[in-house]
This record gives sequence, C-alpha cells and structure tokens, in this order.
Amino acid sequence: MTVFYAFCASCIMGFAIYMLLSRNLVRTLLGLSLLSTGANLALFAAGGFGSDLPPIIAQGAEALGVSADPLVQALILTAIVIGFALTIVLASITLRIWRATGSLDARDVTLPDQKNLADMERSVE
Amino acid sequence: MSDTFLLIAPVALPLLAAGLCVLLRRYPLWSEGLAFAAISVTLLLSFVLLEHSLTQAALAITVFGGWPVGSGVSFAGRLPGTALVTVSMLIALGVALYGRAAIGARRRRAGYDALMLGMVAAVNGCFLTNDLFNLYVWFELALLCALGLIMLDRREAQLGASYRYAAVSIIAATAMITGIGLLYGTVGSLDLGVLAKRLIHTPPSLATSTAAALFLAGFGLKAGLVPMHAWLPASYATAPVSVAAGFGGWLTKMGFYALLLVLGGVFGVGTGAIGGKPVAALLPWIASATMLVCALAALGQNDMRRLIGYHVIAQVGYMLAALSIGTRMGMEAASFYMLHSMLVQTNLYLGIGAIYRATGSWKLSHTGGMLRSNPVFCGLFAIPMLSLAGIPPLSGFWAKVFMFRSAINAGEYLVVIAGLIAALLTIFSVAIFWSATCWKELRNRSPRKVPLPMLLGMGVLSFSTLFIGLNPRPIHHIAEQSAAAIARMGVFG
Repeated sequence: MTVFYAFCASCIMGFAIYMLLSRNLVRTLLGLSLLSTGANLALFAAGGFGSDLPPIIAQGAEALGVSADPLVQALILTAIVIGFALTIVLASITLRIWRATGSLDARDVTLPDQKNLADMERSVE
Repeated sequence: MSDTFLLIAPVALPLLAAGLCVLLRRYPLWSEGLAFAAISVTLLLSFVLLEHSLTQAALAITVFGGWPVGSGVSFAGRLPGTALVTVSMLIALGVALYGRAAIGARRRRAGYDALMLGMVAAVNGCFLTNDLFNLYVWFELALLCALGLIMLDRREAQLGASYRYAAVSIIAATAMITGIGLLYGTVGSLDLGVLAKRLIHTPPSLATSTAAALFLAGFGLKAGLVPMHAWLPASYATAPVSVAAGFGGWLTKMGFYALLLVLGGVFGVGTGAIGGKPVAALLPWIASATMLVCALAALGQNDMRRLIGYHVIAQVGYMLAALSIGTRMGMEAASFYMLHSMLVQTNLYLGIGAIYRATGSWKLSHTGGMLRSNPVFCGLFAIPMLSLAGIPPLSGFWAKVFMFRSAINAGEYLVVIAGLIAALLTIFSVAIFWSATCWKELRNRSPRKVPLPMLLGMGVLSFSTLFIGLNPRPIHHIAEQSAAAIARMGVFG
C-alpha cells in the first residue's frame, strides 16, 4: 500500500515538475498546484495504513484503540487550504500579467533584473 | 503578566492590529497610527519576554488546546527565538518610523499597514513555535503577505517579480511539507523537542536523511543560499524600499533560523551529533559558495537595491558557515551573526531608499553628493556600512571574529579561507558604494534633504548596531544561551 501511494505521489510530482518547466504561465500555475497535491499525498501516506476506522474513543473506553491517524488528515486539510489560497493569489497575479502585457509567455513579462529597471520606475513615488 | 500571554502576544497583537487595519484602510492616518502603536507595544512586551527567557531556567512551553506537551501545537519561549523576536520588533519600529516619509496614503489604502503587520506576526510566530508543521504555516503566511507587499504598486516589473517569488516559494514549501511527512512517518510526532530527542543519536536512515536534505532545500531556498539565490535580489528589488528593508531583515533570517533549529537542533548538526551526518558534509561547501558568489556578484551591480540584495545573501552564507562548523562555539557565532545581521541589512535598505529620495536614482553611477548635502544621514548610514564590512568596533566585526574563531578552533579551513576572501570583497564593495554615493559630486543638480522620519527610522537601527558593537558582552551572553538552548532541545520533549 505504502509503495503504491509513494509511486502515485512521485508520478504526480513528476508531471507537476514537467509542467513547471513550461514558459506558459498558466501551465506553471497548474504545475505548482499539482505539486502541492503530490506533497499532500506523500503526507497522507506518512500516516500509515494500519486501519481505516474513525479515530473516536469507544464508549466506556479510556484510550483510543486501533484507528486511522487523525493528525495527518488535519495536517493535509491545513495544507490544502494554504495551497488553495496560494493558487488563488498566483492565478490573480497571472490574470494581471495577462491584462498588462496581453501575453502569457514568461519571456514577455518584464523581469526585474533587466538593465533599465531604474529608468522604468522613474514615474513612481 | 503570565508567560502564556507574553508568548502569544508577539503573534496575536500584530495579527489583531492587521485585522483592524484592513477595516481602517480608507483612513490612512488612523491605520498608520494603529500599526505604530501595535508595533511599539509588542516591542515592549518582547523585551519582557526576552528578559524572562534569560532569567528563567525552565522553558515556558504553551500548548494550545490543553494537549500534553508533545502532542499539540506548542509555542516555546526558547532562545534564540525570543531574542530574534525582540530584534524583529526593533526592525519593525525602525521601518514604521521610516514609512512615515516613504509610504504615502495611496500605498496605505492598498493595504500596506495590514500586510506589514501580518508579516510581523508570521515572523514572530516562526521564531516562537515549537512545532514543525506550525513553522511551515508561518512561512506560508509570510509568503502571502510578502506577495501583497511586492505588488503594492501593481507595476509590470512587480508582477513579474511576485510571480517568480511565489513560484520559487511554493517549490520550497513543497520540499518542506514532504520532509515533514517523512519525519512524521518515521517518528510519529512533529514537536521539535520530541523530534530532537529521537533523531539526534539515531544513526541516519534513508528517510531521515532525505527529510534533512528536503529541509535544507526548502529553508535554504527561503534563505537564498547558492545555488538557489538568483530569485532573491530580483524579487526584493521591485518592492517599495521600506518593504524590501523588512524582507532583508526578516525573511532570509527566518529561513536561516529554521535551518538552525531543524538541522542544528533536531538533526544535531550544531553539536556534531550523528543524526545529520549526511547533510552536514554539504554545509561547508554551500556556505563557502554563498559567501564567495554573492560577495563577487555584489561587486558587479550598478543598481543599489540589487547590490544590497546580494550582500543580504552573502551574510546568510557567513551564518551557515558558522552553523556548518558543528561545534557549540559555531552555534554561538551563528546566533550572534543573526542578531547583528537583521539590524544591519534592514538599515542598509533604508539607507538606499533615503539616497534615492535625495538623488532621484537607484543607480550608483547617477547618485552622489550625499556627504555635503546630508551629513547627518551619512553619519547614520556609515554605521551599517562599516558593520557590513566588518570594521571594528562595530557589530559586524564581532560577528566575523566569533565565526572565524570557532572555525579555526575546529580546523575548518575551507570556510575560513572562503570567508576571508568574501570579507575582502565585501570591503571593496562597501568602499565603492560609499565613494559613489557619498563622496562623488553630483553633476548638474544638488541632492535634496532626507526627510526627518527617514533619519529617525535609520537612527533606531544604527544606535542598536552601535550599542552591540561597543558592548558585545550581553549579546554574546544571549548567543551562548541560545546555543545551549538549541543543544538541549531534546531534553524537554
């Protein structure tokens, strides 16, 4: 089971890295969000597959018996929420780039290490 | 005041104020005042917290939700975290004073105050947390605030910079969270104390070594270590300068603090323990490359913001060199270096912002005449400049002395040689910078006066640097205590 999940996680991450290498900003965006999905799957596998019972203490018992690990699920939930927020922010940056340049090619976006950086900003402040 | 309140205040107060600032964003003066008040109160509380953590023998650990220590998310008032919180609040105060002149109503309406306070909260949370997953969450909050701050003016160069910053940071976050998963699968807990207890003296397995390497990649990317450094000067350069000043002080140090805590403490690299051996062998090479490449790259820059950006990374290289030595003295040197460097890097960014205000250019070749027109500014700016170069008696001199002393004691000559060459290059770079901006005459026009709030903001940081330089003993004491606290992290799990 663990090997199967590890294989799936590595496949997802491999595809994600392939998409990341693209110059198209939307592909990069999708690649990044796929990458965090792969990481979440790896995190899920870290909890082990000992049991699929819900982690609820049985009536009358003092301690939790055999059950699925609730902590990794809480961690993944947090990671999904954070990843979602980051994807939204990145998507809105992409949208603004598209509106500003009319292109989604990374080469068309002015990058801050160009020589004319200081001249470009003369108008601001 | 109870320890619990003191521990939570540096995170909760700025977050609360950030929420209020969002509501007040249509009234720039009010939100600015609120942010300033929140930062001042938090600074005072952080001094109390530092004093508590220095005098109390037992560490105050607060676990949220009433779980026993080791199972819940906890905050720990451990050195060097508490000292770093104090310094980060000092920086926040300097930047807030400076922002009075640098940040106008338009940027405040765009959310400057709320985002800065959110960033302060994230940085403090990172310095105080005792849980590996919580550490990751604070990194993500800092990233979200940083993206907003970089894009404050919505210019095209800023969009490109923030896209690059976001992409690089998400890759770093993926490395972190995969490492967290591997460690959780091995140890079954994410409490730093428990992890340290289990991992320090266990021979490294494939899983723990991979996790250590992933943490090195993730936190190292955040700290800007070579070969993962190219994004940092480019992203910081487009942000408004008071934002870049905060970044230079907080974000790279946050990455390095996480390295110190996880590699130095949990994996025991800092005490030469067996747990982190496979990764420890890489550290001297990465540190040497960082120092040399970035000090050299700084020499070739004409844009002041990129020049300082490279110096920020080169200084992280020195800290990593101190960590890579693998002795108690090395950990002390790394802690001292961090405390000194946060103040100096922020102050340098504030200084170049003031030079831009006076001369109207970011380019070294188009600036000049500062000494004749703004002698007070030059007096304040000379302190971080000389401290960066490591000239006695300023704080940078002591930081470098401690680092070289511990390296020579341990016989690590690779980092000594790389560090000496980089120090020489840094002195060259500082000399070129100083003569281009201060001594050279400005042709055809005369520089304007630097506004008083800018001088006040720089003054706070310059006097702190001067204080550390003339009186290094208390800071060195804090550094000693920090190294001891990290070394015995596992004992309290």
